[in-house]
Amino acid sequence: MTKSLVAAAAIGLLFGMAKLPFEHSLEQEDRAAFFHGAKLSLGLRDQVGQLGFLAALSGFRSLVADFLWIEAHTAWEGTQWARMALLFNNVTTLQPRVLMFWDMAAWHMAYNASVAAFNDRRQPRKALRLRAQREYFELGKDFLVRGIENNPDRYLLYERLGIVERDKFGDHFAAATRFGQAAAIPGAPAYDKRFTAYELSHCPGHEREAYERLLALYRMGKQEWLPTLLERLGYLQAKLNVPEAQRVYIPPIRPGQKP
Amino acid sequence: MMDTPPASTLPPRTPHKLFSPARIWAIASNTLLELVRLKVFYFLLLFALLIIGSSAFMLDFKFQEQFQVLKDMSLGSMSIFTWLLSVLATSMLLPKEIEDRTLYTILAKPVPRLEYLMGKLLGILVLLLISILLMSALFVVALYIKQQQVLADAVQGVPPEQVQAVIRGVKASSFTVSLIPCIVVIYIKSALLASFTLLVSTFATSSIFTVIVSFVVYFIGHVQGIARESLLSSPHTTALSKIFLAFVALLFPDLRLLSLTDDVVAGNAISSTIFLKTAGLGVSYFCVYSLMAYLIFAFKEL
Repeated sequence: MTKSLVAAAAIGLLFGMAKLPFEHSLEQEDRAAFFHGAKLSLGLRDQVGQLGFLAALSGFRSLVADFLWIEAHTAWEGTQWARMALLFNNVTTLQPRVLMFWDMAAWHMAYNASVAAFNDRRQPRKALRLRAQREYFELGKDFLVRGIENNPDRYLLYERLGIVERDKFGDHFAAATRFGQAAAIPGAPAYDKRFTAYELSHCPGHEREAYERLLALYRMGKQEWLPTLLERLGYLQAKLNVPEAQRVYIPPIRPGQKP
Repeated sequence: MMDTPPASTLPPRTPHKLFSPARIWAIASNTLLELVRLKVFYFLLLFALLIIGSSAFMLDFKFQEQFQVLKDMSLGSMSIFTWLLSVLATSMLLPKEIEDRTLYTILAKPVPRLEYLMGKLLGILVLLLISILLMSALFVVALYIKQQQVLADAVQGVPPEQVQAVIRGVKASSFTVSLIPCIVVIYIKSALLASFTLLVSTFATSSIFTVIVSFVVYFIGHVQGIARESLLSSPHTTALSKIFLAFVALLFPDLRLLSLTDDVVAGNAISSTIFLKTAGLGVSYFCVYSLMAYLIFAFKEL
């Protein structure tokens, strides 16, 4: 019996030594494929409780994240914005590769919570309400930036960040950059390219670049001749004083407008 | 006194085979039957309740959220149930057979201990396979029903030229091919845990001890990767800690590498290389633990 125990232990140890380099290389491959990216910290343990943390450590991160997500949904129904932000932080920490969590968290903060903060009648000073609104914009943006850090290979969050930069911060150049980054990722929708050009067309000093991009899109065919594209093209042709002969698009004359 | 029948009427004697798959299958089927009689499949009711609950009570959510929760719940429950089933069912195999004295009856016959152990393990593997197939079938049906519900709502009022895009979007959130290797890995992990539990039960004196050790090893297996990563990146790690870590890594399986569910549900695609390596690692663990269990059991004094 003792001999068999020793033999079994020896096999276990030999296998242990053989498997270590294999496990190490597999871990590297997993990392490269964005597996096991969650960073579980003691801060999270305080917030999700001992049982939740244990479950997260034991390979049930997605389940814990879902329960927290449902909790955040309940908080939303009660318009508890600060609690929502905290829960979203935990959810995205647990499941950093679920785009929907980042996307929804950012949307709730930048669009819903910001509006609620601005309309908060308990705060009579408009300046403070504006500041609170701005903070929620920043919070939404922060979710998207962190989401991109965890998912640099997916277009969706770049696109969403572009929309937030455009709609909430009015920063057209930043928006164009983000839409451009989204468009460069395989599988991104065709409109990301258009959005890049549209946003660039609003940036002083980038008119020529925007014009070239819009022209290239225009030459791709009728499917690209969308109202905004034509409008921006017409605007840039006029702004850059493109000679009449080189103009590809002649904007229609509106009623009351001089030809 | 009974008369001995004449030699010509006796059935021809077949030579005793040293290794017989038929004997292994006989033990395996008996093990399976025994477990089925213990009504282990009742857990499927719980699983079905979880699935129905997670798909029926999330109607306020966007369809992506609904699919996310349904997939998380289903695959998470599959992991939990197969883990519990493998540990609890395996832990009572040997101690119960010893207690009931059936082990002695079987081993008194010309049945090698290797075949006995393989039969027992095969019985558990078949049980786990049936369980995971049934759970997968329930999961796919629930996902399909949810998909049809969502599609019916999503295409309403959508311009005809955008219908295809909407359908594609819904389908992409629903069933993905990556779920299949993910379920296979869940099965392999449960088989690994069954073989480890069998190994512990060969030298354990009670089922409780086996269950506790298996549960503790399960947690160590999941945490060791995180602990190793955290300690090795810290500048204050002592040599003693490193030796301890190496010892743990040497002895225990890194189960985090076999936990792909969380990431697959998040939309990560499993490459065939990663899948094959992960599956290979799990199968290697299974073989080594089974071999170790045999070595200990083969020379055990019963």
